[in-house]
Amino acid sequence: MDSLLDGRAELRLAAAGVGWVKKLRDSAAASFAEHGLPSTRDEDWKYTNVKPIAKRQFRPAGSSDEGVNAAAVAGCAIEGLSCHRAVFVNGYFSPPLSDLSALPPGVVLDSLARTLAERPQDLSAALGRVMPAESHGFTSLNTAYLTDGAYLRVPEGVVVEHPIELLFINTAIDPAPVVQPRNLIVMEPSSSASVLERYVGVGNGSYLTNAVTELSVRANASIEHYKLQEESVQAYHVGGLFINLERDARVTSHNVAVGGAIARTDLRAVLAAEGAHCEMNGLYLGNGRQHLDNHTQIDHARPRCTSDEYYKGVLDDRARAVFHGRIVVQQDAQQTDAQQQNRNLLLSPDAEIDTKPQLEIYADDVKCSHGATVGQLDSDSLFYLRSRAIDERTARLLLTYAFANDVIGRCALKPVRERLEQTLTRKLFHARDLEELV
Amino acid sequence: MNSTVSDLDELVKREYEAGFVTDIESDTLPPGLGEDVVSIISAKKNEPAFMLEWRLQAFRRWQKMQEPGWAQVKHPAIDYQAISYYSAPKQPGDGPQSLDEVDPKLLETYNKLGIPLEEQKALAGVAVDAVFDSVSVKTTFRETLAEAGVIFCSISEALQEHPELVRKYLGSVVPTGDNFYAALNSAVFSDGSFVYIPKGVRCPMELSTYFRINAMNTGQFERTLIIADEGSYVSYLEGCTAPMRDENQLHAAVVELIAMRGAEIKYSTVQNWYPGDEQGRGGIYNFVTKRGACRGDNSKISWTQVETGSAITWKYPSVLLEGDNAIGEFYSVALTRHMQQADTGTKMVHIGNNTRSTIISKGISAGRGQNTYRGLVKILKGADNARNYSQCDSLLLGDRCGAHTFPYLEVSNPTAQVEHEATTSKISEDQLFYCMQRGLSEEDAISLIVNGFCKEVFKKLPMEFAVEAQKLLDVSLEGAVG
Amino acid sequence: MMLSIKNLHASVDGKPILRGIDLEVKAGEVHAIMGPNGSGKSTLANVLAGRENYEVTSGSVHYLGENLLELATEERACKGIFLAFQYPVEIPGVSNIYLLKAAVNARRKYQGLDELPAVEFLKLVKEKVKLVEMKEEFLHRSVNEGFSGGEKKRNEILQMAILEPRLAILDETDSGLDIDALKIVAKGVNTLRGPQRAMILVTHYQRMLDYIVPDHVHVLAHGRVVKSGDKSLALELEERGYGWIEQQAEEIAAAVTG
Repeated sequence: MDSLLDGRAELRLAAAGVGWVKKLRDSAAASFAEHGLPSTRDEDWKYTNVKPIAKRQFRPAGSSDEGVNAAAVAGCAIEGLSCHRAVFVNGYFSPPLSDLSALPPGVVLDSLARTLAERPQDLSAALGRVMPAESHGFTSLNTAYLTDGAYLRVPEGVVVEHPIELLFINTAIDPAPVVQPRNLIVMEPSSSASVLERYVGVGNGSYLTNAVTELSVRANASIEHYKLQEESVQAYHVGGLFINLERDARVTSHNVAVGGAIARTDLRAVLAAEGAHCEMNGLYLGNGRQHLDNHTQIDHARPRCTSDEYYKGVLDDRARAVFHGRIVVQQDAQQTDAQQQNRNLLLSPDAEIDTKPQLEIYADDVKCSHGATVGQLDSDSLFYLRSRAIDERTARLLLTYAFANDVIGRCALKPVRERLEQTLTRKLFHARDLEELV
Repeated sequence: MNSTVSDLDELVKREYEAGFVTDIESDTLPPGLGEDVVSIISAKKNEPAFMLEWRLQAFRRWQKMQEPGWAQVKHPAIDYQAISYYSAPKQPGDGPQSLDEVDPKLLETYNKLGIPLEEQKALAGVAVDAVFDSVSVKTTFRETLAEAGVIFCSISEALQEHPELVRKYLGSVVPTGDNFYAALNSAVFSDGSFVYIPKGVRCPMELSTYFRINAMNTGQFERTLIIADEGSYVSYLEGCTAPMRDENQLHAAVVELIAMRGAEIKYSTVQNWYPGDEQGRGGIYNFVTKRGACRGDNSKISWTQVETGSAITWKYPSVLLEGDNAIGEFYSVALTRHMQQADTGTKMVHIGNNTRSTIISKGISAGRGQNTYRGLVKILKGADNARNYSQCDSLLLGDRCGAHTFPYLEVSNPTAQVEHEATTSKISEDQLFYCMQRGLSEEDAISLIVNGFCKEVFKKLPMEFAVEAQKLLDVSLEGAVG
Repeated sequence: MMLSIKNLHASVDGKPILRGIDLEVKAGEVHAIMGPNGSGKSTLANVLAGRENYEVTSGSVHYLGENLLELATEERACKGIFLAFQYPVEIPGVSNIYLLKAAVNARRKYQGLDELPAVEFLKLVKEKVKLVEMKEEFLHRSVNEGFSGGEKKRNEILQMAILEPRLAILDETDSGLDIDALKIVAKGVNTLRGPQRAMILVTHYQRMLDYIVPDHVHVLAHGRVVKSGDKSLALELEERGYGWIEQQAEEIAAAVTG
C-alpha cells in the first residue's frame, strides 16, 4: 500500500517550488501515510472492498503517449457529437490529439501541469478548495501526486454552445499504471456550458484510474456535466467529483458507470448559497463480476435550494452494485426541497445490490423524501405487453431496456443518449436480442 | 408557525408523571464489575452451574469488546465500574410471593403507576409481571395461565423450574457476543420475564411486564425470553418508567422471541423511561437488543413500539425470517424532545422463501431532540420471492431538532421486491389553519395532526394500550414545540 | 350589523392586495363577492378567518360589535365564523368524524357547554351527511385524503352544516364542480339560510348564483369594491365580462394616486 506513494519522488511534479502547491501535496501525502486506503470497516466503504487494489503493484503513469494516436481517439469518439476536445493519455494532456481551435474567446482549456508551472496564481483560489477537507485515501493520494489534468475556466457571461469533452484515454500496458488526473473546472458568474468527462480504457489489461475533479459553479452559472466511465473490464476506477454551487447556480450531473472491475465514484455537491439547484442522474450497468459503487452526497448548506437525485441500476451475472445517497439539510437551511430516488433491477440469481439512501435533516421547514426499490419488472406492464401478443422474454427485455433508458432520456445531448442506448443493448442483451428489439 | 412557537412556550410544561422515588430498603451491590460480581449475581439467584459458566463466558467476551460508535447519538463516556449491577427491594425470604407478602410500598408504587397487582383490580384480561430494579416482585394470574399450559414467570424462577427450556433457548437468537450491550446483559442480567406457550395454545390473556427502575446508580439489565411453540399465539406488552434524577442511568436489556411453525408473537412496548430535563440533565440510557426468530414455516413476529422516554434510545427490534412464508413486522413511533436522542429501527433478515416484512416508522422531533431511523432489510441469496415494504416518516416540530433516516437495503436475490419510502416535513401551516378555523386551539390542532401521523402504528397496539400511548404522546408534546 | 368592514387594507408577503374594502353585512343576508382573478376575493375571505401571513395594514373589521382583528383564528371560529376553503386541506390519519367531533366540542366548550354525548353527535352527523348526499363511509376516511374535488367541497358544506356558523364565508366553493355537485352544494347552503345567519359567497362565476340567490352582489377589482348592486349585477357581469369593471377600477386607481 505504501508503495503507492513511492513513485512520488521519481516524478517531476509541476510547480514543486510553489509554496501553496507543495503544502497541498504534502499534507495530502501525510494524510495518506496516516490513514492509507479505506477498508470495509469504514462506514462509507462498508460494501466495497479495495483489497484487490491494495494488493497490486502499480507504477505511476508517465507522460508518454503510450502509442495512443489520432486513430485511437477517433475510435473512442461519440458519433455525431461535435465538440471541443481535450485528450489526456494516462492523465497527461496531449496537445496533438486535442482539438480546441474553435473554443470561444476567453474560454481557458489547458493542461493543469502547464498552468501550475506558468500561472499557478490562476489556480490558487479554487484548486484543492472545492473538495471537502476530510476525504478518503484515494483522494489524498490524488492530491499528493497532483500534476496534470484539465483546467477549464469559462469566463463571466460566456455561453459555450458546443459541448466540451475531456477525454481520458487509459492504457493497460504492464506493469499496470496508476493514472491520476486532476481536473479543475471554474464556471464564472452567469456562464454556461456542457462538459463531458469520459474515461475510456484501451486494451484489456489492468490499471488504476484515480481521478479527482473539482467543479466550482459561481453565481447564476449553469453546467450540464457528464461523467461517462467506460474503463476496460480489468481496470479499477476511483473517481471523485466535488461541486460547489454559489447563489442561483444550476448543475445537472449525469453519472454513468459501465466499465471497470471495481469502480467507485464519489460525487458531492454543496449548495452553498441561496437559490442553487442541483440535479443528479445516475445509471450503473453491471455484468460479469463487476463491482460498481456510487457514493453521492448533497449538502443543503443554505436556505431555498433544491435538489433532485435519480439513480438507477441494472445488474446481471455476478455483478454487484452499491448506491449510497446522503442528503444533508443543515440547520437553518429552511425551505429546502430535496428529492431522491434509487431504483434497481437484478437480472440474475448471483447479482447483488446494496443501497443506502440517507436523509440527515436539521431544519424543519423542508420537503425531503427518498425512495429506494429493488425489484422485478412491473407485473402489470408485463401482463399488458403479453396480452398484446409479445412473448414473455421479449417483454422482459423491452421493460428492462425501458427501465434503464428512462435515465438516459434525461441527458440533453442526443448523440450521448444514442451512445448510451447502444452501450445498454450491448451490455445487457446478447447481440441477437438487440437486432430483434431495436 | 412563529406565533405558534411563542404561544406554546407559554404552555404549562407538565412534569414527567412517573418521576417519583419509592423509599424502600434495598439489597444493593456496591458499584463495580468483575467476575466476582457476575458470580455473586448468579449465586444470589441460586442458579444452576451451566448458567454461571454462560455468564462468565459472556463477561470475558464483553471485556474484549468496544462500545459501538456508529449510532447517531452522543453521550459522555460511561464508567462501567461506577454502576451497581444488582439492587433488589429487601423481602422476607425469597422466591415467588403471594400478594400479602409483597411490601405494601411496592404495591403502592405500582398502583401509582396505574398497574394494580391485585388481580381483582387489574385490567381485564392482562397478566402482569412486575420487575422492580433487578428483581421480579409479583406475577399475576399465574394460576389462570397455568390452566391453559402457559408458563409466565420471572426468568429467575424459570431457571429453577424449567432449566431445560431456558438452557435450550437462551442466547439462541441473541448470542452472548452479539454486541457490546448484549454481552454485558448476558453477564449480569438479574431478572426479566419468561413465557412459554405450548403447541396449539392461544394464550388466553395479554401478558405484560412492567419495568421500574428505582434505586440510584444502578443499571437495569433484564432478560426476556418468549417461546411460542407450534401453532400458538401470544400478545405481550412491556412498559417502563423511572424516577427523575440528574444522573444518567443505564438500562441494557435483551429480549429474545422464538416462533415455531405457525406460531405468532405480538410484542408491544410503551417505553417511557425518564427522558431527562429540558437541559438534558439525567435520563435513562436505553441500549436494548431485541430480536425474534421466525424459526418455523408460516410463523409471524410483530414488534410495535411507542418510544417517548429515555435520554438515549439505541434499539433495533429485529426479525430473522428463517421459515418459509414467515412474516416480520415493525411498527414504531419515536418521539424525541428536550435533548433526547433516539437511534432506532429494525432489521429484517429474509432467509426463507416467500417471506414478507413490513416496516412503518414514525419519528417526531421537537425541542433539541434528534431522531434517527436506522434499519436493515437483507434478502439472502436463497430467499426466493421475498417482499419488504418500508415507510419511514419524520415530523419536525421546531427548527433546532433533527430527523434522520438511514435505511440499508441488501438484496442478493432477483425475485425479491423491496420498497423503501421516506419523507420528512413539518406540520403545514395549511393543516394548522384549517383545524383552527374549525375552532380547535393550536395545541389541540397539533395533537390531532400528530396523532393522525402516528395512527398506523397506534392501531397495532392492543386497545387499552393504544389509548395510553396516545395520552403519553399528548403529555410529551405539551410544551415540546418551541 | 353582523359584519362591518371599513377601509380594509391587507398585504400578503409584503405585497398589498386589499386596498380599502368597505362592506356591511346584516344577519339573514347573503352577499356575493365577485371579481376577476387576483382582485383580492380570496384574500378577503382569509383575512376574515384570520390566516397568518395575511397582514392587515389599516382599516377595521367589526363582527357582532367586536373588533374581529384582535381575535385568534380559533376564537373567530368559536364565535361562529366559518370558512369553506377554496382548497380544503388533507390531514392524513385523522378521520373526518374525529375532526368534526373535536370541532363541535371545542365550540361547545367555548360556549360553556358540556361535550355533546356521542349518541346525539352521531345522530346529528348522520342527518347532515344526508343533506350533502355523502356516503357515511366518508366520515371514517382521513380528512379530505384521496377525496375528489367535488367530495372535498361537499365535505366543507357538511362541516358547515354541523358547526352551524353565524357567518359563513364560502371561498370559491363552486369552482371546479360539475353541475350535479354544484346543485348538491347549493341545496346544502340554501338549507342553512336563515334570519340569524349571514353568508358571503366568494365566486368567480355567476353560475352558482342561479342556485343560491344573493341579496347583494359586490364586484372587487384591484383590492376595492368597485360596484355593488343586486342579483342583476351578476347577470350583467356574466354578459359583459370583467373587462369594463377592471377599466373602471384602473380609472379610479389613477384618480386616487393622481
